[in-house]
Amino acid sequence: MNEDLLRFIACGSVDDGKSTLIGRLLVDADVVPDDRRAAAPDLAGLLDGLQAEREQGITIDVGYRYFSTPRRRFIVADTPGHEQYTRNMATGASTADLAVILVDATKGLLPQTLRHSAIVALMGIRRIVLAVNKMDLAGYREDRFAAIVDGYATMAGELGLSDVTAIPVSALHGDNVMRSSAAMPWYRGPTLLGHLETVPAAPASDLPFRLAVQWINRDAGFRGYAGTVLGGSVRPGDEVVVLPSGVRAQVARIVTYEGDLDRATAGQAVTLTLDPEVDVGRGDVIAAAGAPPHLSDQFAAHIVWLGDAPMLPGRPYLLRLGTATTTAMVSGLKHRLDIASGSQRPAKQLEPNDIGLANLSLDRALPFDTYDDNRETGGFILIDRLSNATVGAGMIRFPLRRAANLAWQDFTVDKTARAAIKGHRPAVLWFTGLSGAGKSAIADGVEKRLTALGHHTYLLDGDNVRHGLNRDLGFTDADRVENIRRVIETAHLMADAGLIVLVSFISPFRAERRLARERLADDAFLEIFVDTPIEVCERRDPKGLYHKARVGELRNFTGIDSAYEPPEAPDLHLRTLEMTIDDEVERIIEALQRRGVFD
Amino acid sequence: MPVSNSHLQALEAEAIHALREAAAVFRKPVILYSIGKDSSVLLHLALKAFYPAKPPFALLHVDTTWKFREMIAFRDRRMKELGLPLTVHVNQDGLARGIGPLSHGAAVHTDIMKTEALKQALDLHGFDAAIGGARRDEEPSRAKERIFSLRSASHCWDPRGQRPELWRLYNGRLNPGESIRVFPLSNWTELDIWTYIAREKIPVVPLYFAAGRMVVQRNGMLILRDDERLTLLPKELPELLWVRFRTLGCYPLTGAIESRADTVAAIIDELGRSRTSERQGRAIDHGESSMERKKVEGYF
Repeated sequence: MNEDLLRFIACGSVDDGKSTLIGRLLVDADVVPDDRRAAAPDLAGLLDGLQAEREQGITIDVGYRYFSTPRRRFIVADTPGHEQYTRNMATGASTADLAVILVDATKGLLPQTLRHSAIVALMGIRRIVLAVNKMDLAGYREDRFAAIVDGYATMAGELGLSDVTAIPVSALHGDNVMRSSAAMPWYRGPTLLGHLETVPAAPASDLPFRLAVQWINRDAGFRGYAGTVLGGSVRPGDEVVVLPSGVRAQVARIVTYEGDLDRATAGQAVTLTLDPEVDVGRGDVIAAAGAPPHLSDQFAAHIVWLGDAPMLPGRPYLLRLGTATTTAMVSGLKHRLDIASGSQRPAKQLEPNDIGLANLSLDRALPFDTYDDNRETGGFILIDRLSNATVGAGMIRFPLRRAANLAWQDFTVDKTARAAIKGHRPAVLWFTGLSGAGKSAIADGVEKRLTALGHHTYLLDGDNVRHGLNRDLGFTDADRVENIRRVIETAHLMADAGLIVLVSFISPFRAERRLARERLADDAFLEIFVDTPIEVCERRDPKGLYHKARVGELRNFTGIDSAYEPPEAPDLHLRTLEMTIDDEVERIIEALQRRGVFD
Repeated sequence: MPVSNSHLQALEAEAIHALREAAAVFRKPVILYSIGKDSSVLLHLALKAFYPAKPPFALLHVDTTWKFREMIAFRDRRMKELGLPLTVHVNQDGLARGIGPLSHGAAVHTDIMKTEALKQALDLHGFDAAIGGARRDEEPSRAKERIFSLRSASHCWDPRGQRPELWRLYNGRLNPGESIRVFPLSNWTELDIWTYIAREKIPVVPLYFAAGRMVVQRNGMLILRDDERLTLLPKELPELLWVRFRTLGCYPLTGAIESRADTVAAIIDELGRSRTSERQGRAIDHGESSMERKKVEGYF
């Protein structure tokens, strides 16, 4: 453990004086170069790195500062206090050992104080400094300080934060930052810097050994597994297990540029060789055989939602855990934290900056620890599959073993056998397009042709399914995602039964259509874009829905106040204004023949 | 406080982790080798990260044709010693137009011969990740950088729309045309770099060490007249001073500091007493938020 270094995060609300406080720490620690000090208008100006920050006088993006005193070195993450920048606070908190939470003595505890404390607690930071700032403006009064400290103690207790050190300071004048304040003789505790210099950096690590494999090192007969030790320690001869495969081996060597090591501990970047040489790839975890991590495709986790668009249960995201990446979805959202009251509220989706507790379902089982046991092997990020943006941060709370308890039952008669009776291969025709585009009419025409040819079909129609299977769902984005997920599973079952399935759904989102393609990849899958301009659909308005949407009687209507994301590469693109229904049906039949569904 | 061994160990491990991630997730990553002390440390770390194999990276130097001659000599010597293939890219169009820092000024020269040249080279070779030695403590806008920092298809940085970066989980996923700049030395300070150079005995360009050099005072900077292209103004008189360079760039734009520090140990000692910032001698940084603007446009 590197006790010489303390990584901390400073968080506070807008105008609490956070940047001033860090500027004061830098100046008092005498680490600010003269030319940079001369260029800054004030203490806070020492930190603003972006032009917009200087212009608006606020912190926009997390910034890192480096300073040292004769006793210790520090990396401080300066994070924005403004609500919409919560994602940056989570970023700064994820690598911090301690959090300095600022409160303005003249304003007291604010909703942001609770939000920051909640994030800090969720991110696993156990040591808190409550810096009550602007004591000069509060007359340096002890009762004011005591009232804030009392109020915070209640808040901290509810969040499970037990290690809180409260210090009254004036960042502007330097009281109790490095120098003890003559104006507050009633305070006899440490100064802020004094406390930061001496507080233990992190609890000693006695965790079982973990290494996430980053890179397979092959060089002239050498085969090693490069990665960083993410927990515990390892020695040559140790019994290890490779997960998810579960293969066991012994550590043969710990290879580094300086020569082999007889021990490697958490934080070290090493290369292991194993005996025997088993199959290991990037994304695997090498762990202590006697204390392996959990292995499951489902777990419960807290999620801090960082994306600009809401998190929708059922929508697939990429999940990055350790060095492994897989597809995952929220299978159930248990609650959302209501920051203002600290209570748990039911929720159907997570908005930007929301924090929620969710069950996640992964495409394959991955090894992990709970976040409380090991931040490195229990923290994950979620990535949007279309934009590739990092949209969520997750902390695993406990594994779910439902999938593990349900063995997959194999039966003798399979999909191929069922389809063979019907003289075709199963297929899914996925019609997407605006309401009124002509999906159902084309699907109806195709089904008639297929039936005449002696093929066994079934048509899943958006409106009809909503009368039964999906009658509990509305038209919010979250419900639309769940609507499609159920239809995908239904189509999957029908294809498994050997049918040619026609799905006629608006299916407005690329992410869900991509999910359908992947889920149904074993069968012939045709994404058919029924492309009719919205003006034409609106003019047709066969069900009178466009009219209702225009006059405000119908909300979340695709094309009006809910988005339709046109396919980028559909298997068939039917521009309906240029074709007759017969042409369209013919093209689809030809496509099925080309794909070998039937002759 | 002096930089401890355990602290260097932690910084080294973090950088190696980032380098291995870059090797694993990108199709065609390149190390941007700029010959300076940070690049020298970066290269050393790459040798360590993949030992016993060689680093799986291409190496690129963007040459403005105005680098100190000692830098170029050092570059060629090091590449030969290490047996690594280096690609040198010059903006030929800029060269043909005679762009230079003296004739066109620091801003135009840097824009065309560095930023434009870098973008050309990345596009030409199809590199999807460029690994550089930039550090957050160098300059205020760099303090805002991620370790994996996204660039648009036109190589632009959007400082207000950066991907959150949590734990050690770097997101290197790209849409067509996008690329990532990787900064494994993000958390190192200038003092860390020099202490590590001392510990690991990493060779660096001799210009970092104090020596008697003929310099001329210009715009408040001590400029080394490295070749004939820098013509002296009427009242300028070169004088012999004991100087060294804290950072290295294009010679007419890089000011020397007066110093007697002629060993790594003496430099470490000098840094402990320094009252000025590392890049204070760099003409290209000055002017309103100029590093941020350059970075937004694609500068490293």
